[in-house]
Amino acid sequence: MKQVWTLSAVLLFAAVLTYLIASGDLTFGQPALADMDNYFIENAREETGANNIVTSVVFDYRGFDTLGEATVLFAAVLGVGSLFRKLTPEEEEAE
Amino acid sequence: MSKIVRTAANLLFPFILIFGFYVIVHGHLTPGGGFQGGAVMATGLAMIIAAHNYERIQSAFKKDLLKTLEGTALVLFLTTAVSGFVVGKPFLTNWIVQAGGLFGGEPTVAGNLNTGGIIPLLNVFVGLEVLGALTLIVLTMLSGAKENS
Repeated sequence: MKQVWTLSAVLLFAAVLTYLIASGDLTFGQPALADMDNYFIENAREETGANNIVTSVVFDYRGFDTLGEATVLFAAVLGVGSLFRKLTPEEEEAE
Repeated sequence: MSKIVRTAANLLFPFILIFGFYVIVHGHLTPGGGFQGGAVMATGLAMIIAAHNYERIQSAFKKDLLKTLEGTALVLFLTTAVSGFVVGKPFLTNWIVQAGGLFGGEPTVAGNLNTGGIIPLLNVFVGLEVLGALTLIVLTMLSGAKENS
């Protein structure tokens, strides 16, 4: 029974996606608001000196975002370190 | 693991590290960057951890060194970010771009390594941080799993 539900859900999803693509409502690669994209493509190399525009967005235009990302990774290591630490004898007792 | 796995891992290890380093250093020219390259290098270290036995890893990998690497990289990232204050520019401004010198070269279509301003610096620091952090997570989880079993 479960397989039937899964299969029908997948088929429904595929049918909707096919319909949307065929009807032309989904416009891949043609966003409605392209001003920002065009600005990056035209000015990124001059302003940041980087040929890779993705990197110039990640490390220059959205540099603050990358700082947050690095901080998240740091916090993740802190979390893993405190979760897997060596327990003291008292803590072992409390378990 | 078996001797074959260990030998193969030891052979592949330097090449994986070099490839990761390449991805980090060319982050502003080719696809990739600090996060991706750091993950590649951490994968090489994780392969070594998986191939060798627990006692040898515990003595070969220094957790304190990895912790210091990770923390220092984050501090250096912040230092680079606030370095724009020196010339009166806001936080994270790319103030050395096209100014000549080591990172201020003129960008070309072919791609020169000495361009990008603070972007290559930030790439290297993020790469070091990801390398330290991911390896530390793998090591800590391994020792945690060994102790509780």
